Amino acid sequence: MHELSVTESILEIASRHAKQAEAIKVTDIHIVLGRLSSIVDDSVQFYWDIISENTLCSGAKLHFKRIPAMLLCLNCQYEYQLEGELMPCPKCGSPQVKVTTGEEFWLDSIEIER
Amino acid sequence: MSPEKVAVVEKILSANDQVAQLNRARLETKNIFSINIMASPGAGKTSVIMRTIQNLQNTIKIGVIEGDTAPVTIDADKITQAGVPAIQINTGGDCHLDAVMLASGLEQFPLSDIDLLIVENVGNLICPVAFQLGTHLNVLIASIPEGDDKPYKYPAMYRGVDILIINKIDLLPYIDFNMDYFLQGVRMLNPELVSFPLSCKTGEGVKSWTEWLLQRVRQNSHPKE
Ligand SMILES: Nc1nc2c(ncn2[C@@H]2O[C@H](COP(=O)(O)OP(=O)(O)OP(=O)(O)O)[C@@H](O)[C@H]2O)c(=O)[nH]1
Ligand SMILES: [Mg+2]
Ligand SMILES: [Zn+2]
Repeated sequence: MHELSVTESILEIASRHAKQAEAIKVTDIHIVLGRLSSIVDDSVQFYWDIISENTLCSGAKLHFKRIPAMLLCLNCQYEYQLEGELMPCPKCGSPQVKVTTGEEFWLDSIEIER
Repeated sequence: MSPEKVAVVEKILSANDQVAQLNRARLETKNIFSINIMASPGAGKTSVIMRTIQNLQNTIKIGVIEGDTAPVTIDADKITQAGVPAIQINTGGDCHLDAVMLASGLEQFPLSDIDLLIVENVGNLICPVAFQLGTHLNVLIASIPEGDDKPYKYPAMYRGVDILIINKIDLLPYIDFNMDYFLQGVRMLNPELVSFPLSCKTGEGVKSWTEWLLQRVRQNSHPKE
């Protein structure tokens, strides 16, 4: 339930970069979101419509690029997706694994009009 | 007037991380070692803090900052009664402490008098880990009654911490908790995680935790007179 702080952070970053680029309007915002970052995009969207009102970003569309959480088996090098419940390597059964992706959480780019 | 793409590539919550760095710097100027204790509600955060105070208060000076969602001072009062300075930060309903809240807590705290600052975060297994506070260590408390499947269900929490305390081991005989299954999940997510199984009720295992912590405090600073 910390989507409000997250949304405020998105607004702050997008507005700062838009001003720097002398934009008159932000139309689209692209966000990269790993599966492990436990953010509910629907709630972000909900807050967004409220807090972006009367700003440069008002009406901008939020796009979320979801990155799956991947595990690399350190025993057999097999790479598999962490979907639902965490599991040992499905190929060799080893629990010696490494999380390789899924923790991304950044604002990638904005689309603006000048 | 066609839309134009501007690359940003900036971490969301980077503003929080920047304030966290300021908190860390501030604590370091004062020679204070600090830990951020996170856990689900009732896992035993306050109990672990009380045990830690009991074992270490004659050796080092401890201070506690309590994060709570409501202006309820039960936890802070317990700490104060033990003779340790404590203040409470009310998050105003928020599910976590953030670096700005800790910064304002540090503002009100008698920092010159302490060697170790313990922060009790809001009881929640999802949100707090996304908000670095600037403390030296992130500590997670898991407790036996919560069940052995928590690393499998809350992977992010187990990824983002440095120390794991497994509390309420006195309850192991009464609860179906498969320690091997639990630890396997922990290792898959965070192989380096140092863990301390203990019971705040019986005191079992508490000493290994507090001795280890004392070492870390000593490595960091020269305890104050
Ligand atoms: N049996 C047993 N009970 C414990 C142990 N540690 C704590 N408790 C009990 O668990 C309950 C919650 O403990 P607290 O220390 O208040 O937990 P907390 O995480 O600070 O809780 P919140 O601040 O409300 O989120 C209390 O009734 C404690 O007495 C333990 O090792 N064994
Ligand atoms: Mg408590
Ligand atoms: Zn394998």
